[in-house]
Amino acid sequence: MFTLIILSIAVLAGLGIIFGLWLSISALKLAVTPDPKYELILNALPGANCGACGYPGCSGLASAILEGTATASSCPVGGKATAKKISEIIGAYELDIQEMVAIVKCAGGCENASDKFKYTGIEDCRAASLISDGQKACAYACVGLGTCEKLCPFGAIKMGLDMLPIIDFDKCTGCGICVKNCPKQVLELIPRGSMVYVACNSLDKGATVKRVCKVGCIACGICEKQCPYDAIHVKNFLAKVDYSKCIMCGICVEKCPVDCIMNRESGIPIPSSERGKELIAAKKKD
Amino acid sequence: MFAKLLVISIGAIFINNFVFSRFLGLCPYLGVSKRLDTAIGMGFAVIFVMTIASAATWIAWQYLLVPSKSNLLYIISDLLGFNLPPSSFDLTYLETITFILVIASLVQFVEMVVQRVSPMLYEALGIYLPLITTNCAVLGVSELNTVVYHYNFIESVVFGFTSGIGFTLALILMAGIREKLELLPLPRAMRGLPLAFLMASLMSLAFMGFAGLSFTK
Repeated sequence: MFTLIILSIAVLAGLGIIFGLWLSISALKLAVTPDPKYELILNALPGANCGACGYPGCSGLASAILEGTATASSCPVGGKATAKKISEIIGAYELDIQEMVAIVKCAGGCENASDKFKYTGIEDCRAASLISDGQKACAYACVGLGTCEKLCPFGAIKMGLDMLPIIDFDKCTGCGICVKNCPKQVLELIPRGSMVYVACNSLDKGATVKRVCKVGCIACGICEKQCPYDAIHVKNFLAKVDYSKCIMCGICVEKCPVDCIMNRESGIPIPSSERGKELIAAKKKD
Repeated sequence: MFAKLLVISIGAIFINNFVFSRFLGLCPYLGVSKRLDTAIGMGFAVIFVMTIASAATWIAWQYLLVPSKSNLLYIISDLLGFNLPPSSFDLTYLETITFILVIASLVQFVEMVVQRVSPMLYEALGIYLPLITTNCAVLGVSELNTVVYHYNFIESVVFGFTSGIGFTLALILMAGIREKLELLPLPRAMRGLPLAFLMASLMSLAFMGFAGLSFTK
C-alpha cells in the first residue's frame, strides 16, 4: 500500500516535471520572434488606442500596416508626423496627408435657437434625438447634451455656457470620433489650416430657419456673390465653403447678414463681426 | 486486421458516433456550430487532437500504468535491484489525470510547433486547439481505447482518427442546418439554442438508425 502511494506520487510528479521541462525548453527553442518592425511601428503610433483608424487599438493598426492592409497614414490622430515615421520604418513613400480638425456647424445655442419642448430624459444627444428629432425647434441643430464631450478621447471638446460644444483646436487631433457619433451630423472635419467655416447645418428654406434660429443660414446667397474666389456656394439652402479655393480673406464673414459664417482664428466659434464682438463682451460680463 | 479496422471506423463514425450516441463533446458541438467555416476549422482540430491523443495516451497507458514486464517503472526498479513483482506497479487508477496531463502537454507542444512551422495552419487551427485539450470527447477516446476496448496501438490510432471524423461530421451537419435556420421567422423563445437542442435530438434519433448495422456473422 505504502509503495503504491509513493509510486503514484512519483509517477505524477515525474510526468509533471518532464512535461513542464519539455514545454518550457520547446517554448524557448520554438519561440516565434515577432517582426522587429512591429515594435517600431507600435512605438511610432500615439498609443491612445482610440480606434479612430477602424482597427482594434494601436497594436491592431500596427499589424495591419505590417500586413499591408493599412497605409502608413492610416492613423488620423498622429497626423503627418506619425505617417512620416511609419513610412520610414516600412520604407514606403511619404504620403501627403492633410491634418484635420473638427468644427461645429451650428451656432444655435439656447440663446439663439428656440426649443420645441423641454427634454428631461437621458443626458445623451443620441437618445434625445430619438424623440421627435430632439428638443430643438430646428431639426438640424446641435442637441447640446454633450455626447461629443463624453466621447472625445483627447478631452478636446467642452460644452459651453450656450449648450454648444467648444472645440480646443490644440487638443483636437481630427480623429473623427465625435463626427461619427453626432446624431445630427453637426460636427465636421475641415483642414487644420482653414479658418473659415459655415456654422449652420440646416437644409431648410430661409423663412423656416428664420422662425427657429437667429443665426441660421438663410441661403440669401450674399456670400456666394461677394466671394472673389468662387470659394463659397449655396446648395440645398446652405452655404458651403470650398476649402480647395478659400484663401481666408474674410469677406464672407463680414458680409453674412445672420453671422453664421465663422472665423476660427479666435479659437472659439463666434462671429468676427460687430455682433460677434458684442456677444463676446456679453459673455465676459457674465 | 484490415476488416477489424474497417469495422472500428464505421462504428466510430456512424454507429457509436461521439456526439449522437455517446453524448460526448456536446459543448463544442453546440457552441461552435453556428457557422459552417468555424465548424470546419474546429472539426479538423478535433480530428488532429484525437489522433495524436490516442497514440500518446495508449503509450502512457501501456508502458506506465498497466502492470506488466514491459512497464517502464518495473524495468527501472529491476535495474535498481528492488526485486518487486510486476503486479505491484498497477497504477491504472491514475488513468484520468495521466491522460489529461499527457494530452494537454502534447497539444501545447504541437501548437508551438505548428506556430513555428506553418503560420497558415496555426491561423486555421490556432483558436480551437487550446479549446479542446481537455474536452471530454478527447479524454473519452483515450479511455475507450485503453480501459474499455483494450485496443492495440494501430487500432487505437484508427479509432481516434475516425472518432474525430464522426465528431466533425456531426458538427458540420449541425452547422449547415443552423445556418439555414437563422433565416427562419421563429417565435422568440425558440431562437438560437432552444432550436439547436431540438435539432440535436432529432439528428441523434436519425443516427439511431445506424444501430441496426451488425457485423457479426
